[in-house]
Amino acid sequence: MKSLRAFIKAMVDSLRDLAPIVLVIGFFQLAVLQQPIPNLLDILIGAFFVVIGLTLFVRGLEMGLFPIGESMAYAFARKGSLSWLLAFAFALGFGTTVAEPALIAVADEAAHVAVEAGLIEADEEHREAYALGLRYTVAFSVGIAILVGVLRIVRGWPIQYLIIGGYIGVIIMTGFAPEEIIGIAYDSGGVTTSTITVPLVTALGVGLASSIKGRNPMIDGFGLIAFASLTPMMFVMGYGMVISR
Amino acid sequence: MIEQLFQTLVATVRDVLPIAAILFGFQLVVLRRPIPHMRQVITGFVYVLIGLAFFLVGLEMALFPLGKLMATQLTDPAFLFGDGAPIDASSIDWTSYGWVYLFALAIGFSTTIAEPSLLAVAIKANEVSGGGIGVWGLRVAVAIGVALGITLGVFRIITGTPLHWYIIVGYLVVVIQTVFAPRAIVALAYDSGGVTTSTVTVPLVAALGLGLASTVPGRSAALDGFGLIAFASLFPIISVIAYAQLAEWRARRRSS
Repeated sequence: MKSLRAFIKAMVDSLRDLAPIVLVIGFFQLAVLQQPIPNLLDILIGAFFVVIGLTLFVRGLEMGLFPIGESMAYAFARKGSLSWLLAFAFALGFGTTVAEPALIAVADEAAHVAVEAGLIEADEEHREAYALGLRYTVAFSVGIAILVGVLRIVRGWPIQYLIIGGYIGVIIMTGFAPEEIIGIAYDSGGVTTSTITVPLVTALGVGLASSIKGRNPMIDGFGLIAFASLTPMMFVMGYGMVISR
Repeated sequence: MIEQLFQTLVATVRDVLPIAAILFGFQLVVLRRPIPHMRQVITGFVYVLIGLAFFLVGLEMALFPLGKLMATQLTDPAFLFGDGAPIDASSIDWTSYGWVYLFALAIGFSTTIAEPSLLAVAIKANEVSGGGIGVWGLRVAVAIGVALGITLGVFRIITGTPLHWYIIVGYLVVVIQTVFAPRAIVALAYDSGGVTTSTVTVPLVAALGLGLASTVPGRSAALDGFGLIAFASLFPIISVIAYAQLAEWRARRRSS
């Protein structure tokens, strides 16, 4: 009974999260474009699915993803082997990114842009090779990002110097990268971090910062995602500079 | 519908497999100890998978088709300048797109509020800060940042100004804010840039960008359609730091 009530409360929360989109789309459809809403039944069922999905997701987050991220952070801290921790960090970053559907879509799109701009030969083979190379580049860069981010938490380096240094790197590289790749590079920072990676990596960072003496989970625990959004920009621009005829 | 649900579930499981393999591989080979509360963790994973599958199918059924269609219709010259009227390219400037800006603002805000990974980070930040950072406060701050970012990104596509100038100026603002920001918020603010753009925001925003770039005279969809995501990842950093500075300033004023 108590758990049922908690579930219903969680569903009401999810409903509230969804309400703004429904309002925006409803308003533009009816008031601005002045068209009827098509397939109302589909929309209602779909909205119901979204609410159920979000509710289950949040529940699973608190039961599964957060605890395992934190317990592994504690276990690595207790084991005391920095090299294994860094290997884990790299594997997590690389492994979660290489198969990311959003990244696959962006890489294909980027290959088309590269052809249009005359950066690579205009045939299937070159395009696929370019897209695959880009995907591995981004996955590698996210692996490096999580590795550096974890090393930062362990050593207690202040995040702002690293991130701002990274931004300066991005700005300098923008001056040298082929113009066509810049938009893709800037966008690739945002698409790499998926809905499952984010909670896991956040829990890992916070867990590490709270299990290492002298680290503050608020100051040191966050920031892994920031690295994961920064390095792809640099690596994609680097890729664009290297792969051009 | 059932089939679509099943296919999405299979796709989600396939995305999670490498993650699960890494987690369990390291747990068993390197850490060599059983996972605490194994059953609960596995149940949690199953909830996450089923939840995401429902979430994605629901979005695909309810919101994406309409939202994407809307992005295309709003950027259609026939809607913006009236049917059949001859379009004089020289008479079109950035002020002709009023509804597009409003749509960008509204869709940026509303999709960010529904973004599951932002919710995850907000829950964690609330827990770590001992309630000092509100789940809703953070989400609204990030959503305002995304909304402003996407609106400015739309302005950029319409005017055709170079992307990197906006991004460079944005970074400069972040650098200056960082100097004055309360230290505890900096890492979280940097993170909030990366978490905003995933399952809900990207498809709708990408549709808006491509629609605009292909209808605004003189833009190419391939070259100018990109860049909105970059705005959506940069501006939340600014708005979250601003939120923290505002909270600090108010607290200081109250105590004095």
